[in-house]
Amino acid sequence: MWDYSDKVKEYFFNPRNAGALADANAVGEVGSLSCGDALKLMLKVNPETDIIEDAKFQTFGCGSAIASSSALTELIIGKTIAEARTLTNQDIANFLDGLPPEKMHCSVMGQEALTAAVAAYTGETLEEDDHEEGALICKCFGVDAGMIERAIRTNKLTTLEMVTFYTKAGGGCNSCREPLEELLADTNKEMVAEGLIKAEEAYIFGAAPQPVKKKAQGFVIPDQPPTPMAPPQPSAPVQIAMPVVAAAAPAAAPVAAPAAAPAPAPAAAPAMSAAKEVIIAAKIIEEMRPVFHRDGGDVELVDMEGSLILVNLTGACSGCQIASLTLGGLQTKITEALGRPVRVMPVAKT
Amino acid sequence: MKDTLPPVYLDNNATTRVFPEVVEAMLPYFTEQFGNASSIHAFGSEVGGALRQARKSLQRLIGAEFDHEIIFTSGGTESNNTAIRSALQVQPGRNEVITSMVEHPAILSLCDWLEKHEDVVVHRIPVDSQGRLDIDAYRAALSDKVAVVSFMWANNETGTIFPVDGLAELAHEHGALFHTDAVQAVGKVPIDLKTTEIDMLSLSSHKFHGPKGLGALYLRKGTRFRPLMRGGHQERGRRAGTENAPAIIGLGRAADMTLATMADDSARMTALRDRLEQGLVQQIGHCFVTGDPRDRLPNTATVAFEFIEGEAILLKLNQAGIAASSGSACTSGSLEPSHVLRAMDIPFTAAHGAIRFSLSRETTDADVDRVLAVMPEIISGLREMSPFWSDDGAKPEGFNPEYA
Repeated sequence: MWDYSDKVKEYFFNPRNAGALADANAVGEVGSLSCGDALKLMLKVNPETDIIEDAKFQTFGCGSAIASSSALTELIIGKTIAEARTLTNQDIANFLDGLPPEKMHCSVMGQEALTAAVAAYTGETLEEDDHEEGALICKCFGVDAGMIERAIRTNKLTTLEMVTFYTKAGGGCNSCREPLEELLADTNKEMVAEGLIKAEEAYIFGAAPQPVKKKAQGFVIPDQPPTPMAPPQPSAPVQIAMPVVAAAAPAAAPVAAPAAAPAPAPAAAPAMSAAKEVIIAAKIIEEMRPVFHRDGGDVELVDMEGSLILVNLTGACSGCQIASLTLGGLQTKITEALGRPVRVMPVAKT
Repeated sequence: MKDTLPPVYLDNNATTRVFPEVVEAMLPYFTEQFGNASSIHAFGSEVGGALRQARKSLQRLIGAEFDHEIIFTSGGTESNNTAIRSALQVQPGRNEVITSMVEHPAILSLCDWLEKHEDVVVHRIPVDSQGRLDIDAYRAALSDKVAVVSFMWANNETGTIFPVDGLAELAHEHGALFHTDAVQAVGKVPIDLKTTEIDMLSLSSHKFHGPKGLGALYLRKGTRFRPLMRGGHQERGRRAGTENAPAIIGLGRAADMTLATMADDSARMTALRDRLEQGLVQQIGHCFVTGDPRDRLPNTATVAFEFIEGEAILLKLNQAGIAASSGSACTSGSLEPSHVLRAMDIPFTAAHGAIRFSLSRETTDADVDRVLAVMPEIISGLREMSPFWSDDGAKPEGFNPEYA
């Protein structure tokens, strides 16, 4: 079952303003039986002041659709038509302490009914909305197939990375990768048939590079699609920056002290426990040095950043196959001593 | 008052309560006889003996001629995937699959994949408004290009039963293998595979009070086979991976218990189900029972309530301590209502409001009374809120939304 907030449950089980409004002078109707969602919003607007004096709803739909409709009426009663115009579906969702991503369309339906009712009151005409949504693809950001397909077509997207940049889909846990690949490949195929893109530009299912193994850091999905972005380059997958390796060498420079005299790393200085951890790690490395000496090499602590322990290998150990094995032993010992998982990584000393 | 009453569980087609006797049978195999059945020592051989007993119990439940026709798997989905893929691989030159439009996703989404990515031609046979297979369409689709026919024994949503033994004979006339997804049928209706021409059958333990995470594939002796999983020699080299011994032993116990009382249980469930359906239809207008009234599972009642949406009904039922399920779109997160009800051409007005009550042998008269007591108010309350409803009844014409 859905993880509904208490407020959604409250507004479903005890909906406010449900039923018909006899003296309504503005009515908005959206949805349909075939969609499984429909809402009739009835407003009583004071023609003198433009204030919405009363609002009622009738909804065909699931729990969150009924709760969203009820929340909508609560939000707009007492507001002027001008104020009501500024209401967004996010306001409805926020009022209910959030909705599951699959259920955000319920709040959209509320906002659309309001737009329709306001239009009925002011006599405006509404643009037709085909309202194709399709299955929800990306659960992390609540992006459905219809929206992704529109983004692919409008912007002629041909790589997965660009789809993520434009729609956010796939930018979270990435478990929607396969359906996303299928959708991109299918849409591109249609676009080739329609002459919108060239066949060699089209994305072929299964053509994407494997996801990067290491955890991406500092990679933020933009909130808004970057509209002025240059046209996508078919064969240029976006390489996610990996600060882990890149940062290692420069960070090593200031603390290139020999492990024999364990100087606390600058980052660890203020917190006592972090400094203590460095001392412990250095002590273990010191104890292990004879093992490395036996093989004609040496090891020293360079730096410690979070769970990363950077060491410098010299002599026979550097580049030696055994080194990774020995470092594994070092890693286990330090992990045990600190009581949290760490990773020992050899870096070049500059 | 609702807090003091025990919950009513009527979602047994989703999963069932594991019988306490089953749990009891399983427990020693976690901590005492925990050996690997493949091992030579006593720990292993004792487990091996218990596994043989369990296999025999399941053999009796499905009426297989030989116990080695049973391959234990991780569940119905794995059995289905194994069966279809194997059938395609062992028959080069045959690249077509016949199935129905109302199968479980374990078959349908596999077929979609095979069609799209592996050059397999898939025929999806339609059903009529009661969920019965279009036999003429099936005959027309059969040819010597068909590698495998896969029809479910009983439908999970409506309980409608397909005449699988006859369908298997038709498949064999064209040299095609026949597989049936019997996940909902095993344990609920008598099955005697040795008297049929069915080549492969999938079943799942947790649908008849066994543990989850275990199923089996029945593979008729002499049927050519390619394993899905490769590795060790378990299950005579047909399904690699250490046997899930406690679960298999639990399944064996559940099979024994189910078989022992099946005839009585079936009669009692049928009576309860009929009383439930009749009570709902009599008390509540604008609703109807789906499925084939003459041939369906004894435990399944799917009633479609017009002009309201299923999830809302389920939430209200849950509040009243009653667990059921729905073919509604909103419970699954997609926007389309149940593919089964749509294939039966049930109108959208009702498909969205379809509620499935699935009974077990533990369901009581009191459970049915509870449902009958709360449903009229739940339905009328939601209908009052529906724009498609007015005091004098349904009025879908009176509502003209901006888009459709």
